[in-house]
Amino acid sequence: MKALWIALALGALAVSARADLPTHEFQLDNGLDVLVREDHRAPVVTVMIWFKAGSIDEAPFETGVAHLLEHMMFRNSKHLAPGEFSRLAARFGGDVNAFTSYDFTAYYQQYEASRLPLALELEAERLKNLRIEDEDFHRELQVVMEERRQRTDDKPTALAWEKFQAVARPGTGYAHPIIGWRDQLAQLKPEQARSWYQRFYVPGNATLVIAGDVTEAEARPLVEKFFGDMPAGETPPRPDPTLNPPAGERRMTLRLPVRVPALYMLYNVPSLATAEDPATFYALTMLGGVLDGGLSARVESNMVRGQRLAAGAGAGYDGLQRGNGTFTFTASPNPGVSLDELEAAFEQEVRKIAEQPPGEEEMDRVRASVLAGQVYQRDSVMGQAMELGRLSVLGVDWRLAEQFDENLAKVTPEQVQRAARDWLVAERRAVAHVIPEEQQ
Amino acid sequence: MMMTAQSPLKILAAAACALALAGCASFPTTAGKVSKAEPAAPELAIQSWQTDQGAKVLFVPSEALPMLDVRLVMHAGGARDGDQPGLASLTSALIGEGAEGLSVDDIARGFEDRGAHFSTGSYQDMGVVSLRTLSKPEWRDDAVDLLARVVGRPTFPQDALDRLRTRAMQGLKMEKQVPGPQVDKAFQRAVFGDHPYGHADSGTLESLPGITREDLRRFHERYYAAGNTVIALVGDVSREQAEAIAAELSAALPDGGPAPDLPRAKKAAERVVEHLTFPSNQTHILIGGQATWRGNPDHAALYVGNYILGGGGFASLLTQEVREKHGYVYGVSSFFQPMAAGGPFRLQLQTANDNADQALGVTMGLLRDFIANGPTQEQLDNAKANILGRRALETADNSDIIGQLGAIGFYDLPLDYLQRFNRQVKAVTVADIREAFQRALDADRLAIVSIGPEAPRLPQGGKDETQGQDQ
Repeated sequence: MKALWIALALGALAVSARADLPTHEFQLDNGLDVLVREDHRAPVVTVMIWFKAGSIDEAPFETGVAHLLEHMMFRNSKHLAPGEFSRLAARFGGDVNAFTSYDFTAYYQQYEASRLPLALELEAERLKNLRIEDEDFHRELQVVMEERRQRTDDKPTALAWEKFQAVARPGTGYAHPIIGWRDQLAQLKPEQARSWYQRFYVPGNATLVIAGDVTEAEARPLVEKFFGDMPAGETPPRPDPTLNPPAGERRMTLRLPVRVPALYMLYNVPSLATAEDPATFYALTMLGGVLDGGLSARVESNMVRGQRLAAGAGAGYDGLQRGNGTFTFTASPNPGVSLDELEAAFEQEVRKIAEQPPGEEEMDRVRASVLAGQVYQRDSVMGQAMELGRLSVLGVDWRLAEQFDENLAKVTPEQVQRAARDWLVAERRAVAHVIPEEQQ
Repeated sequence: MMMTAQSPLKILAAAACALALAGCASFPTTAGKVSKAEPAAPELAIQSWQTDQGAKVLFVPSEALPMLDVRLVMHAGGARDGDQPGLASLTSALIGEGAEGLSVDDIARGFEDRGAHFSTGSYQDMGVVSLRTLSKPEWRDDAVDLLARVVGRPTFPQDALDRLRTRAMQGLKMEKQVPGPQVDKAFQRAVFGDHPYGHADSGTLESLPGITREDLRRFHERYYAAGNTVIALVGDVSREQAEAIAAELSAALPDGGPAPDLPRAKKAAERVVEHLTFPSNQTHILIGGQATWRGNPDHAALYVGNYILGGGGFASLLTQEVREKHGYVYGVSSFFQPMAAGGPFRLQLQTANDNADQALGVTMGLLRDFIANGPTQEQLDNAKANILGRRALETADNSDIIGQLGAIGFYDLPLDYLQRFNRQVKAVTVADIREAFQRALDADRLAIVSIGPEAPRLPQGGKDETQGQDQ
């Protein structure tokens, strides 16, 4: 009866979660895609520009260049001396920053709404007129080397994860770290950053997202004024991603200066982009939710609480990637529990679903969390801009986010069972045991 | 324009000139028009009342989204640990692990069946319990009822205590793998010593094993009392509904009044220098001391001054000098953290071991110079433009607003605190900042705590140190 109540309520909620916030979409003649999301709740605006250029696009001789270029975008341009971009933004009350991921590089500026014209002019300036001076490049490279020391080299678990990724995603651009391999990073040259900028920072490879207290009528003329005169440019050809055949089971032991061991398992599975049938993506999403969608889901209930094997454990599916998807399990054991036992426990959880489809109640709980999450996400203008931009660089229609819950509602428990059976198989996985240096 | 050696001051001057001359061909062409627009600074219309049991309620209605945030904030942070470090934090972690008639599984399912998010947190001053739920009654009512039971009548099951204690101890061991948390704790000890702010609120490998269910029960009974609690509400409910929710939550809490005031933290009589030897690639350096408190009349001047010095991200003096000019660091920043009975100033940086001496020298020079001379008028004008120009961003989301309400209620600030703060920022002068910094900080008595393979060499004070700023 409880399940029925939830199912009915979910239907009602689905309607309210899609309460309309107008989203406008247009393209300039030079190929720049523009998305404008109107949300007039507060007098703020977020401007983001997304480039379909991340570390997966890097050749082996230039790992780290996507991220280093991101740093250079805050330095020097035709009209702005080093640091001036940030100081102007600050002077007008802005928050600005950027991030580089495997799949994309994205820049954001957040302001009180009247600052929109300035935000667009500043964004266009560095897209059109970036200057990478040798001396400035080398100083910034030093900063990025510090960033690497801080984020990776001095964190044994981050170092372990970097080594694990190299084996877990073989033969793909996801196998090298976003920040770059340490010794290669140190040797990057300014011409490599210039080449990256010329190859990928062109209008046809970018999506501009404007979200907040703004209308299309306000935004469009400004976008045309500042971005319309850019030449279209060309990006190098890149192959469409396809589903990789299984790479075979890979196992590694990493001895590092950790005090607490850790277990990593990663399965190479389809993403929305590489799945033959999108239903596979939705079934894997539900599988991720059933396993670890919250404190009531199976990993927490059975492994952390019930059997008390792990001090912390997690499982999750990431199917929104330009390449293939990943299904990841991580855990750190309680004292006296071996990594083999932890591994067996994860396998046991997968096997249970492979043998017996999950219950409707569990499925409904995952859907409730997704639906509520769609409402909560609207609380942040930045969060909305993130969602629009991310889908756009993945080549996915932004409307998909609004249909996400409908598609999840169609997934049957048997499809979840089949997803576990078909995809979470040994020949598709890599396993790492991270143990303290002195231990065998 | 391309000279990388251009000093920050000249760049600021160039930017200001561009603003003044907007309309001519200067860049950015939009600056003139944009600077004429007065940035909106929405005022929060906060409603406030007391429950029958003495909890203070702050409420901001917001109909835009069908959701509700509820936050309970108690004087129940690590400062109340007494001689059992980790007691507050374990008590907080066990809220939600069992309540009268409900197992941990019942509670987890109860929230998650409804798409509600429940969480607890423990800080030095505060214990915090938060709920985010959809606001339609069919989702909200059960979630609020469950929250009332969970926070009002926790059972602190022994198996949950054992499990979360183990998790906490594993976490403490993991902290020893990395430099950051170790130097943080040493800094806290160096600055606050035996004061209740002086110990790590996550507890220690020695203290955690001794904590019993009875300790948790007593801590909850005393510090999760209604009279010691602020209830903040933001979202799509009416005043009447908000009153009913606050009344239900307040009635569920133990009876009792406010916790006694903590003793005021004192400034160090002399400089503490401490180094932890650790085989890291970077040396982490923390500089600071007891400097402020909630209610300090210098608060606005310290806030604005620190924005200029090290709080303003890319625009700050520390970032311009230590990162952009010298390339010594990825991150360098500073802040004042005013709390009920004190509050540190803290300046932090991480740098390659080989650069540690120089980075510390440049940083100390800059800090010493700033305390002695304060900012320039231009730096102050730009800082005010930022702080006043970004007010809209700070109250845009319900999650921003609930945080503001929690702090305003907890620290007994006036309901129009944000507006008052705006006015104080507008009035701050260069002299105010200089004097406030000199009252708060004595460069010769600030603690310097570091971690890395070797202790960085301390600058010799006086002239040698100031080279960073004037070059």
